[in-house]
Amino acid sequence: MPDALPVVIVGASMGGLRTAEALRRAGYSGPVTVIGEELHAPYNRPPLSKDVLSTGVSHEAVAFPARAATADVTWMLGARAISADLEARTVTTDDGREHPWRALVIATGLRARRLDLPLIAGRHCVRTLDDAMALRDELVPGARVVVVGAGFIGCEVAATARKLGCEVTIVAPGADPLIRPLGAELGAELRRRHEAHGVSFQLGRTVAAMLGESAFEGLQLDDGTIVPGDVLVEAIGSECNTHWLDATDLDLTDGVLADAALRAVSTDGTVSHDVFVVGDIARFPNLLFDGVARRVEHWNIPTDTGKRAGAVLGAGLAADGSFDEVVAKGFTPMPAFWSNQFEMSLQAYGLPGLGAGDIRILEGELSGAVAVGYYRAERLVGVVGLGLKAELLPYRQEIAAHAAS
Amino acid sequence: MIKIEVDMDLCQHYGQCVFEAPNLFKLNDDDKLEYHAEADDSELENVEAAVDVCPMQAIRIVE
Ligand SMILES: Cc1cc2nc3c(=O)[nH]c(=O)nc-3n(C[C@H](O)[C@H](O)[C@H](O)COP(=O)(O)OP(=O)(O)OC[C@H]3O[C@@H](n4cnc5c(N)ncnc54)[C@H](O)[C@@H]3O)c2cc1C
Ligand code: SF4
Repeated sequence: MPDALPVVIVGASMGGLRTAEALRRAGYSGPVTVIGEELHAPYNRPPLSKDVLSTGVSHEAVAFPARAATADVTWMLGARAISADLEARTVTTDDGREHPWRALVIATGLRARRLDLPLIAGRHCVRTLDDAMALRDELVPGARVVVVGAGFIGCEVAATARKLGCEVTIVAPGADPLIRPLGAELGAELRRRHEAHGVSFQLGRTVAAMLGESAFEGLQLDDGTIVPGDVLVEAIGSECNTHWLDATDLDLTDGVLADAALRAVSTDGTVSHDVFVVGDIARFPNLLFDGVARRVEHWNIPTDTGKRAGAVLGAGLAADGSFDEVVAKGFTPMPAFWSNQFEMSLQAYGLPGLGAGDIRILEGELSGAVAVGYYRAERLVGVVGLGLKAELLPYRQEIAAHAAS
Repeated sequence: MIKIEVDMDLCQHYGQCVFEAPNLFKLNDDDKLEYHAEADDSELENVEAAVDVCPMQAIRIVE
């Protein structure tokens, strides 16, 4: 009886949770199973690199509130999917069990990329709650913390560690932090502000070797400089958790390709009707900008894609004729991002990276509160505000207006 | 009736919630958040959407 088969969601984080909720909202009342590698029920990741590191890390403090509508969802936590068979419609977990499904949702997100170095004590990354708890224990006053990578997570961890009284050095290959997402001027300004708080930088440098036999003692950089340290934080980006899909014919170039209804797309271009992709791992087109499929690692995306996938899948399962209408609605989520580093609150809308070639100050000045606009072909495609809040909303509207035009 | 609580110590007045539930949340002339603490059940979906988009996770639906 195929009707009794569950919708299986792989990945028990924000994207998986929002999809399950949206399925219920769409009226689907059949079984839902969420398979997740972590032992924790879904929780919010952004605090992990920010205040939660300093105020004490617990699951309670970051867990998403459970909702009545999803009370009957089956959570298989601590189980890792190792393979999927899209023809037989099964997923296999690392305990050897096979899970048949009527629809599959891929929500396995990203993992932290690691430096190719021996595994010794003192090496950290920050992707999961367990990572943050392990790091928290080592961020004691006076500890020398070396952060490799000057992206958002690296800069946030550096700021948090500094606030906790650690000596902090950031090592990164670029000329300034955050240049790739934000551009040179804002990057330089963020560096100045970090430096004013006592963070040191080794920029334009890569890691040549690690010092320490059984525990981390420092790094040797490509120019021979030695950066001594007690704690190493690797914040060098992430990799997509697609391994378990390797045997399928899905297009796994940079995440998993999906159409605007979040249905998975195969290498030959076939759109699946029962396999969906949500969250950080989804590479999908967003007509707010153009038809190009991109992955967007912004916090609102798991929620927006989860809601969309749940609505489309729910309509398909309901078979009440609403499916075409739901799909036709289109999908133009506004990427939203924020970051807190020291007293700086940075807020962004749109895709600044698309407008990296034409960056303009919209209001304010770099040394104070500022709004920076990112243009592509004379159109505002992204805005980043430093120390501004509601003032940014008109720019958000301006970016959104393009979708309609 | 839905009861809504916003932790004003957490709220950063980003105004994301305003887009999801404009009947219940607004930024006032000083760009500070104002909200209705009670809402009709018909607003549940919007209130949940506001909870979901709040970057500070400051909004709670209290039973
Ligand atoms: C430290 C940190 C700070 C951040 N700060 C911000 C911020 O300030 N602003 C912002 O906009 N965004 C931020 N983000 C990004 C945001 O948190 C992510 O976009 C979001 O978590 C992605 O959700 P997801 O559900 O797609 O994937 P994830 O949260 O990565 O969840 C994927 C889940 O799938 C599980 N999984 C993976 N493989 C398998 C498998 N084979 N079988 C079973 N389970 C599996 C994983 O264990 C994980 O629990 C931050 C992220 C991190 C890590
Ligand atoms: S979204 Fe959250 S932080 Fe922003 S104004 Fe609303 S309650 Fe405050």
